[in-house]
Amino acid sequence: MNDLYLIFKNLTRKKLRFFLTCFAIFIAFLLFGAVMALKGALDSGIEMSADNRLVTVHKTNFTQPLPYAYVNKVKNIEGVKDVTHANWFGGYQGDPTRNQIITFAVDPESYLDVYSELSTEPQHKQNWLKNRAGALVGERLAQANNWKVGDQIPISSNIFSHKDGGQTWEFIIEGIFSAEDKQTDTNYMIFHYKYFMETQSWGGDYVGWLVLTTTDAGFNEAVAKRIDEGFTNSQAETDTSTEKAFNKAFIEQMGNIGLIIFSVIFMAFFTILVLVGNTMVLAIRERTGEIAVLKTLGFPSLRIFKMVIMESLFLSFAGGLLGIAAAYLAVAGLSEMLARFLPNLILGAEIIIQALIYMTLLGLVTGIIPAINALRLNIITGFSRG
Amino acid sequence: MSDEMLFSLNNITKSFVKGRENISVFDNLNMTINKGDFLAIMGPSGSGKTTLLNMLGGVDQPTSGEITFDGGRVDTLSESQLAGWRANNIGFIFQFYNLMPMLNAARNVELPLLLTHLNKTQRQKSVETALELVGLADRAKHMPSELSGGQQQRVAIARAVVSDPKLLLCDEPTGDLDRQTADEILEMLQLLNREFGKTIIMVTHDPSAAKFAQRTLHLDKGEFVEKDLVA
Repeated sequence: MNDLYLIFKNLTRKKLRFFLTCFAIFIAFLLFGAVMALKGALDSGIEMSADNRLVTVHKTNFTQPLPYAYVNKVKNIEGVKDVTHANWFGGYQGDPTRNQIITFAVDPESYLDVYSELSTEPQHKQNWLKNRAGALVGERLAQANNWKVGDQIPISSNIFSHKDGGQTWEFIIEGIFSAEDKQTDTNYMIFHYKYFMETQSWGGDYVGWLVLTTTDAGFNEAVAKRIDEGFTNSQAETDTSTEKAFNKAFIEQMGNIGLIIFSVIFMAFFTILVLVGNTMVLAIRERTGEIAVLKTLGFPSLRIFKMVIMESLFLSFAGGLLGIAAAYLAVAGLSEMLARFLPNLILGAEIIIQALIYMTLLGLVTGIIPAINALRLNIITGFSRG
Repeated sequence: MSDEMLFSLNNITKSFVKGRENISVFDNLNMTINKGDFLAIMGPSGSGKTTLLNMLGGVDQPTSGEITFDGGRVDTLSESQLAGWRANNIGFIFQFYNLMPMLNAARNVELPLLLTHLNKTQRQKSVETALELVGLADRAKHMPSELSGGQQQRVAIARAVVSDPKLLLCDEPTGDLDRQTADEILEMLQLLNREFGKTIIMVTHDPSAAKFAQRTLHLDKGEFVEKDLVA
């Protein structure tokens, strides 16, 4: 027998109470792990944004198109390095509600210049640049659909119609692009803007949005201002922001994710803090007489203080570790199912470390008051109470 | 009983503040206890028996005066020093046994040994010896709730003697037991005194219990009123 054995026996002497308290902590850390993984998945686009990349959209709404002429105008603005543009194609295969294929019509060369983190085999890149009906597919999208170079894939649009009738375009996969950083989104495909304009029935000479790089991230604000001022009072006024800010704003259309997550975690933790704290205070108060006996036998007060704190930490870690393990398994299971929508749904080491810190804090906060009470307990008072 | 002094209380005063009132329990109390003594302390409620026992056991300190144990001052020790002193020198036996309900008999007996440097094997050997001494070797794995009152008190005695302390302090050790069981417990204390040389101080209300001691001191209003009633 040692102190750990005593702590364990004290912790589990009322099994139902131990189970229920553990269960409450388990739920809190399950929620914490799952919600933080979700936040990480949503934020990954923001995190991977380049510092010197800006996005220019229509001031009214980013779904409104911009005139193609803006591309060259922006290219000539001081501080701009490269400019590219993209159009949302609204791609899908089979069931449009269930099998969305994120597809952009882009200017091939400038797109790969601006998104320099994307790489593909040089020969594949050359083949794609030459073939106007070719597509370059992201690694994750190709893996999810078992596509390989040379495959001919039909992609339908839920927005545009083909000139030849129908809403489906046939593309040949000329290459697969990837990125060194696994957090970079490669769950989409791109094809030639010119081919898109030639083959879609609406006609027109417009782009969805512009993406540009500045010569230095320090010029971002000035460049954004110059672009937007240049199109003031035009038929299509613009709104330029950093890619990070744009992605963040895009995600926050769903609501303030950070606030929602903070609220959920705060409420869960506050509830279990009160619950576990109350349980610990009651558990130690019930044992006042026993603590007095231990002190009488010669157990130093500090040793008893440590035993109470350890008991609280064990309780916190027993529920917390199970909770975070369950969250890990749940996220691992869901990440495959949700790969299309949340490609970066991962419960990584950072979340686990945060959870361990919170478990420690929970144990310390809920254990400190009963531990101090035990530390200060006068033996004679303890016997009269116990 | 030898003539070698174990405990000496010199000019002890003890008072409590209750509300605005200062209540004096002892005023200039003196006593000596020799090694190997088996002393019973009797007296009516409020006479100061338990307060005296608490001071002797180092769980309470006098307001003034000196307490000397085996040549060293006890009243000047800090709380943590007193804890160590109790662990090394005193075995406690309580009226209501005060066993840990979640530990079996052997684990309860082992508790004081967690404060020593003995290894697991040595501790187990000591526990077995102590339980054999009180006749409960076959109940080692029983939980306190599975034992009778008398058996629980025997486990408590085993716990008190397992670390081989010089002094056993017993607070109404038979107060919760029937006559026959009480006598068995008292005989066991006699055995520990006679055969193992343990010094025993026992607080009791029961004159029959006091008869098992070598001598009895009567305490009333903080003073010893009769001495050496029982030889």
